[in-house]
Amino acid sequence: MNAGTADLLEARDLARSYTVRRGLLGRPTLVRAVDGVSLTVARGETLGLVGESGCGKSTTARLVLGIEPTDTGSVTFDGGAMPRSGTAAWAHLRRRMQMVYQDPLAALDRRLTVGVQIAEPLDIHRIGTAAEREERVAAVMAEVGLQPHHAARHPQSLSGGQRQRAVIARALVTNPELLVCDEPISALDVSIQALVLNLLGDLQERLKMGMLFVSHDLRAVRQISQRVAVMYLGRIVEEGDPDAVLHDPAHPYTQALVSAIPHPGKTTTRVILQGDPPNPANRPTGCAFHPRCPVATPTCRTQAPELKPRRSDGRRVACHVAHGEAAAARAPASLETC
Amino acid sequence: MAFVEIQNLSVAFGRSPALRGINLAVERGEAVGLVGESGCGKSITWLAALGLLPSLATVRGSVRIDGTEILGAPKARLEPVRGGRIAMIFQDPAASLNPVHRIGRQIGEALGLHRGMTGERAKAEVIRLMDQVGIPDAKNRINAYPHELSGGQNQRVMIAMALAGQPELLVADEPTTALDVTIQAQILDLLTTLRRDTGMALVLISHDLGVVSETCSRIAVMYAGRIVEEAPSGQIFTHPNHPYTRGLMGALPPLSGARHRLVAIPGSVPEAAQMPQGCAFAPRCSAATGRCTEVDPVPLPLTQDHSAACIHARPYAQAGQPLHHHAATTRERAMQ
Ligand SMILES: Nc1ncnc2c1ncn2[C@@H]1O[C@H](COP(=O)(O)OP(=O)(O)OP(=O)(O)O)[C@@H](O)[C@H]1O
Ligand SMILES: Nc1ncnc2c1ncn2[C@@H]1O[C@H](COP(=O)(O)OP(=O)(O)OP(=O)(O)O)[C@@H](O)[C@H]1O
Ligand code: SF4
Ligand code: SF4
Ligand SMILES: [Mg+2]
Ligand SMILES: [Mg+2]
Repeated sequence: MNAGTADLLEARDLARSYTVRRGLLGRPTLVRAVDGVSLTVARGETLGLVGESGCGKSTTARLVLGIEPTDTGSVTFDGGAMPRSGTAAWAHLRRRMQMVYQDPLAALDRRLTVGVQIAEPLDIHRIGTAAEREERVAAVMAEVGLQPHHAARHPQSLSGGQRQRAVIARALVTNPELLVCDEPISALDVSIQALVLNLLGDLQERLKMGMLFVSHDLRAVRQISQRVAVMYLGRIVEEGDPDAVLHDPAHPYTQALVSAIPHPGKTTTRVILQGDPPNPANRPTGCAFHPRCPVATPTCRTQAPELKPRRSDGRRVACHVAHGEAAAARAPASLETC
Repeated sequence: MAFVEIQNLSVAFGRSPALRGINLAVERGEAVGLVGESGCGKSITWLAALGLLPSLATVRGSVRIDGTEILGAPKARLEPVRGGRIAMIFQDPAASLNPVHRIGRQIGEALGLHRGMTGERAKAEVIRLMDQVGIPDAKNRINAYPHELSGGQNQRVMIAMALAGQPELLVADEPTTALDVTIQAQILDLLTTLRRDTGMALVLISHDLGVVSETCSRIAVMYAGRIVEEAPSGQIFTHPNHPYTRGLMGALPPLSGARHRLVAIPGSVPEAAQMPQGCAFAPRCSAATGRCTEVDPVPLPLTQDHSAACIHARPYAQAGQPLHHHAATTRERAMQ
């Protein structure tokens, strides 16, 4: 194992496009789901990945685990290049990097008991004797807060929170070093979300896993991450310390995202974005956010901003105005209407 | 008299009680939020009130619109209410928009049904409604199919359909749950603007306390088929009284300040067929005492406009208002 400061996961310039056809007779168009994403996750660290539906979060998650091949770019896990998906070397690596999916019911097989499904990765990777596997399943179930009698149940007879715990238990059963969670709490009730967030936080601290936490919920991301990356239309547009990003967002899209968080007792004004979410099949020129951006400048229409550290405080942001390279079209203060 | 007065509404599916005595009033022009976790009965409260539940459901109690009883009322009395005086945006968007019909036609049908409009007049009104809910280029978009619009735009279409009957009350069931936060902010802003412009009342159903608190002036928190706390939005946050409400707030990750472990509510929502003895929240409640498994608490007033269904909730003094003594005596009496 490669202890120390080296990153557990390093993804460089990942890109992935899909060919989609609109309607039966539509012409095939290219959707750039992920368009040059670089990220790192260290051991014991959680990187939160936020952004709107369709911005490429799940695709990024699949790419870093090698579940899907990248068009360009590279992934390094524990210092070694990620083996091609489907190969024996990749399958062997998978026990060290697991994924928790969004919809616990879809992630589980209705026909099998949860006990059997939690044991599955051990069976697949032929880890331990039957007795050891049984013991490990019991231990991991206790770890995620499931009771022993739940092992004999089928997923549909468990509550939502219990199902998601079963999914997490299955991911943890092989003692992975990297856990990629794709919207692990979105399908759950608030009180259950808190349980799962606590659970993931505890587990990560105890097991020193690296974690990629994909979510559209900035609250949850702040709670659990040491770093946050904001995605827009296949690219990371801002990255930094969660509190810094939440309290002083540098990118206009992050600003809108933060101000849209519903908050009990909120009275402050909010930036309401005009227009619809973008269509990834028809990526705007220049900065992809410019059609919705309240401070867009003429430069924004033609030149794509680069993700780089801001001079003042080192915050990584991709925006001409945030870098002071173009004057904002209007004073931001006058935009805070609603 | 409130515009809608729901009294002691209960619903059972077979032997399982899903609603256990709901009391809720909606005044004209008011915005009320209904929050609670999945399965607590938010949707069926309004489905039952509007006579939209399948016949296997046993519905009891009273629902009055402007003083007229509509629960179990004949079709002739119910039809003008549903979609007319009270419009509902259903939780499942797929069930509400027909994928093979153009959106203009769908809004037009609602106009025909509720206002007898047809032809050019209807078309003009469809365009006006689409403008009103903020669908750009309405003149051309009337010919679009639902799949050609974004999720947020389809939600706007559904709001336009609901507005077609010029309702006095709009019941919106999780209208933003499937949407991105920036689009959610747009839709909530739209609902607030529409309410201000038309004077209609709004019932906003959501599992998100933040969403309802920003949009509504009064909030009712539901748990296991009952309203366990009800208060003006501000008070729910400054004086949460029911342990479940406090639990919901503790479970919400904070946006600032030190990061601490969240106070999660242990256990899960009881199944209708296995309602606990006494207070339904007792098995999960950190404040529960022995009596909580004996007494089934009903909502009782704590102040003039704040009530909670917890035997340990106490009336409190509010600035400018005397302590609600009457409330205290009612409470004691009900506890006998
Ligand atoms: N297998 C696929 N085939 C075709 N298009 C795809 C495929 N997977 C993703 N896409 C498209 O790529 C884009 C990014 O999708 P992705 O699922 O990564 O987004 P996301 O950020 O996870 O969104 P959400 O929050 O809705 O889960 C979308 O436009 C999506 O439609
Ligand atoms: N047609 C039905 N037959 C049997 N049970 C039902 C039916 N409809 C609803 N229920 C039950 O009634 C209870 C309340 O359901 P309801 O849909 O009102 O919950 P909700 O608060 O709206 O939840 P959600 O947030 O998930 O929409 C649930 O336990 C549900 O399983
Ligand atoms: S680069 Fe221009 S359009 Fe893009 S976010 Fe910055 S100001 Fe807005
Ligand atoms: S009555 Fe008892 S169990 Fe119920 S909420 Fe109050 S303290 Fe908790
Ligand atoms: Mg996704
Ligand atoms: Mg519902």
